[in-house]
Amino acid sequence: MTPPRRERGLVRPYVVTGGRAYPTRNIFDLVTLVIAQHDRPLSGLGPEPRRLMELCRGGALSVAEVAGHLGLPVSVTKVLLGDLVDSGHIVTRAPIPEAQLPESQLLQEVLDGLRARL
Amino acid sequence: MGSALASEDVYLRQTVRTAAKLLVVGHFAVGKTTFVGSLSEIKPLRTEETMTQAGALVDDLAGIEGKSTTTVAMDFGRLTLSDQLVLYLFGAPGQKRFTRLWQDMTQGALGALVLADTRRLDQSFDVMGLLEEHELPYAVAVNHFAGAPTYDDAEIREALDLLPETPLITCDARDRGSSTEALISLVQYLQVRNARRTSA
Repeated sequence: MTPPRRERGLVRPYVVTGGRAYPTRNIFDLVTLVIAQHDRPLSGLGPEPRRLMELCRGGALSVAEVAGHLGLPVSVTKVLLGDLVDSGHIVTRAPIPEAQLPESQLLQEVLDGLRARL
Repeated sequence: MGSALASEDVYLRQTVRTAAKLLVVGHFAVGKTTFVGSLSEIKPLRTEETMTQAGALVDDLAGIEGKSTTTVAMDFGRLTLSDQLVLYLFGAPGQKRFTRLWQDMTQGALGALVLADTRRLDQSFDVMGLLEEHELPYAVAVNHFAGAPTYDDAEIREALDLLPETPLITCDARDRGSSTEALISLVQYLQVRNARRTSA
């Protein structure tokens, strides 16, 4: 069954994004990998982007995981991530490096990985 | 939130290069969260989205008092399959009004596993219709609930109006091995489809 609903934050999502519903760039899949750049100062960042950076400095995560850990909707998280890409705080990596990996090979690797878990 | 982050296992291995995505879908209380939870190496995460289509956040800005908004939850988990590859499982309800969420979920997904309950087979049509709209291939796994009626595969296929090629599996969403086998059936089916498409 479904776990209990997360308590709503005091700050409404639109406040976090300054009223924006869409990110500055449309590069984020749910499983786009997010990697923090450690040399960027966090000074000058608002509270939510700072929380995001503090989370991501621990290691790579997908966009969906960032949203889940921060307790923010994915749409809001994408707006924050777009800003942080613009400012050079994070870089992203496409989930599937398509040039190197045809779907047949990806499916085989997924299958092998699942079988290994049995 | 903070306690979970203390564990190093929260983060991806540095060697990971590829993230694959499969959906686990079905009607309310069919066992999606249980299924994702039995397979995930991380504590399953949840995000909630406000749903009034694209204008949701802007609508909120207008500050209309008492306006009811719908939220929809998406649960997801992660399986590291090799040093380079992780698999994400996304579980969400299949309702037409959650369009933006469905676009997010289906984009780049390899396929979907539809969980079904023999007591409520008719409730699976919405989600199967949505998958067909998004042209996402799927397999059907009947999640066995204690006391639920059992039917022949042929009867279930007919009730769900499945194509002859669509895999129909039985699983126990609480059991990791059983859930893994259901995903394996799905991926094998995706391989057959992929081979057919590339040879055509």
